[in-house]
Amino acid sequence: MTATMRPSISACPACIAAPGAEDIAQRDVPKEAKLAISVPGVHCGACISTLERALSAHPGVNSARVNLTLKRALVEADPYVSPEEIIGLINAAGYEAYELDAGTLAATSQDKAGRDLLMRLAVAGFASMNVMLLSVSVWSGADGATRDMFHWISAAIAFPTIAFSGQPFIKSAWSALQNKCLNMDVPIVLAISLALVTSLWETMLSGHHAYFDASLTLTFFLLTGRYLDYRTRAIARSAAQELAALEVPRAVRLEAGAERTVPVSELRVGDLILVRPGGRMPVDGEILEGFSEIDRSLITGETRPIFAEPGMIVSAGEVNLTGPLTLKATAVGQDTSLHRMADLVAIAESGRSRYTSLADAAAKLYAPGVHILAALAFVGWYLYSWDVRISLNIASAVLIITCPCALVLAVPAVTTAASGHLFKKGLLIKDATALERLAQADTVVFDKTGTLTAGTPEVRELDHLGTRDLMIALGLATVSLHPLSLALRGALEARGVKAAVLEGAREVPGYGAEGLWQGRQVRLGRAQWVGAKASGNTAAWLAVDGEPPLEITFSDRLRPGAQEAVTALQASDLEVIMMSGDSAGAVEALAQRLGIAQWVAEALPGDKAARIAQLHEEGKKVLMVGDGLNDTAALAAAHVSVSPASALDAARVASDIVLLGTDLSPLAEAIKVAGKATQRIRENFQVATVYNIIAVPLAIAGLCSPLIAALAMSTSSITVSLNALRLK
Amino acid sequence: MSVLSYLIPISLLLGGAGLLFFVFTVRTNQYDDLEGDARRILNSDYDDRPKS
Repeated sequence: MTATMRPSISACPACIAAPGAEDIAQRDVPKEAKLAISVPGVHCGACISTLERALSAHPGVNSARVNLTLKRALVEADPYVSPEEIIGLINAAGYEAYELDAGTLAATSQDKAGRDLLMRLAVAGFASMNVMLLSVSVWSGADGATRDMFHWISAAIAFPTIAFSGQPFIKSAWSALQNKCLNMDVPIVLAISLALVTSLWETMLSGHHAYFDASLTLTFFLLTGRYLDYRTRAIARSAAQELAALEVPRAVRLEAGAERTVPVSELRVGDLILVRPGGRMPVDGEILEGFSEIDRSLITGETRPIFAEPGMIVSAGEVNLTGPLTLKATAVGQDTSLHRMADLVAIAESGRSRYTSLADAAAKLYAPGVHILAALAFVGWYLYSWDVRISLNIASAVLIITCPCALVLAVPAVTTAASGHLFKKGLLIKDATALERLAQADTVVFDKTGTLTAGTPEVRELDHLGTRDLMIALGLATVSLHPLSLALRGALEARGVKAAVLEGAREVPGYGAEGLWQGRQVRLGRAQWVGAKASGNTAAWLAVDGEPPLEITFSDRLRPGAQEAVTALQASDLEVIMMSGDSAGAVEALAQRLGIAQWVAEALPGDKAARIAQLHEEGKKVLMVGDGLNDTAALAAAHVSVSPASALDAARVASDIVLLGTDLSPLAEAIKVAGKATQRIRENFQVATVYNIIAVPLAIAGLCSPLIAALAMSTSSITVSLNALRLK
Repeated sequence: MSVLSYLIPISLLLGGAGLLFFVFTVRTNQYDDLEGDARRILNSDYDDRPKS
């Protein structure tokens, strides 16, 4: 990736000649440009200082700040500094960088919900500490009027705090009750409010036991769980939004011969659209003018570029490679084949059986159980003592003891630790239950093009060409930006070949490049064009006038880490299958290279989804890894799915996990971490259950003082959090 | 026990001051990049432009 480096205004000689130019430039444009750049590669303190130093060294940059949590650089620069320039600086420092849409960033930086939760957490923490201080004095022997005063002060702190900090639970419990169902929050709210009410009653009657501290610590622990959960998801969400912000949907429309850049959403059927080399087709359409080659790999999985000429029908999402094309739009927006394909996802999604997470399963068992237990304790004690006050105290003690602090912390503490760990490795966990499902995967299905391969070609061999031919080939390859010629150029330059001097070398869009070498015509390009018979390979042909043409074949370059990922997955006893829309030859060659025994070639999008459904019926849990539009249905149908960041938007939306870097090797580790995480979650549930088994009989027997309640609650919550931290 | 009438308000005031300070840190985005801040303290460069 290279960026065009523009000289800054103050450095250009013209400005010295015209001193007013800089002033005018500053008056006309906004004072400062704020740029947000995604830098997926930053991971350490040294990265921060390297990047910030590199960015600050640029004369146009006023300030640069790297956010390691979001893996993002925020740059405040003079308005003339272009994003490409900044990206160039970051690349020069050795990191990948992508520009982000400013609008999307504005939406994520104002994280109101997160702040709100943090504030409630802080208030609950402050209140619980103060009340705990007073309670400790009561437990250590404060008596009579002093105890009553302490209880009254506690009440004065506790009521407003619960009214403020408890809101998330109260709201959620209320909406659950309105829908006539029970969630985790119903027993929580019941426990907290019952504890407050009975404690207030006790205080009025100058009783010995008050549970103000318990209800506050409870709120504090519960909010901690909620905040951890929120934060994990917020990071995932903002990173997912970043990916969406990477694609700026614009197209060039021809209006009475003039070019105008408009948002894709404004395009209408019948518009004339110019697609430059390297651009993606924004609509379905018919080619009116121009010759080129088209890469359809994201749509169909085919690696070989297709020749394009006037009259051909193209569909949205295909990439134009060599020459400019003018399209007449036949379908736009929702009607394009791209969107129709995305509809397949909706169908597959509805077929996916809803996964019940471990937490949901626990809540289903837990909520009714707790209510029944507390009600039984109340009824039992009432029948035994005929005293409402004692019975109510016992019932609220039971509710407080069983209150699911540890249960509520059990899952978020582990997922936060695991997601954070995986995020550092370049994996973004989008879905809350993705880790649990990933841990269950026993079969991995890979797409080929763009997933196992990088989607860029690589020269297979050059030894059958003489030095003269190599020099001519390089001379011709330098005039074209076609992926094959770029690959050829790279390979030849790596060999130290010097380019032959050619006269009038030029690119013929859609066909290849030609020129004159010592008065003889030389061509590099498509088989038919140089007068050869096409073979089944991805190839460019070199023809020197009067000699038989020579074939230069290409294979798809492996994505970094693909070999390691496949080997590691196979080593951990997972079944690896490759499914591709590409031709059998190419698929088989790659399968042999990677050591994959099972492969399917020439698969249509529907075939892939059907095959995955079939594997499901055989009782397998499938992990699908894919990037193209032809994979989306399969991604949605699979038990759990992963797509690389380079994938089409639709594919990323359909998948649970996104690979942020280009490397595929973290995949095998992700499965291991997911397995460990699920095990930790189960352990945490067991820990919480053990605490309940010990403390609940005490509470029912009426032996549970506020001190025991506070101890049981805090120890179980802390044990669970520590167990989660063991994950690293 | 009359000492309590000083100590309790003082402890509440101190706690309240802590809470207000925390509110200030939240309002000024000081929890946006905990990961980065943890590494930054080990950084030998002098950070003369802390994030406002």
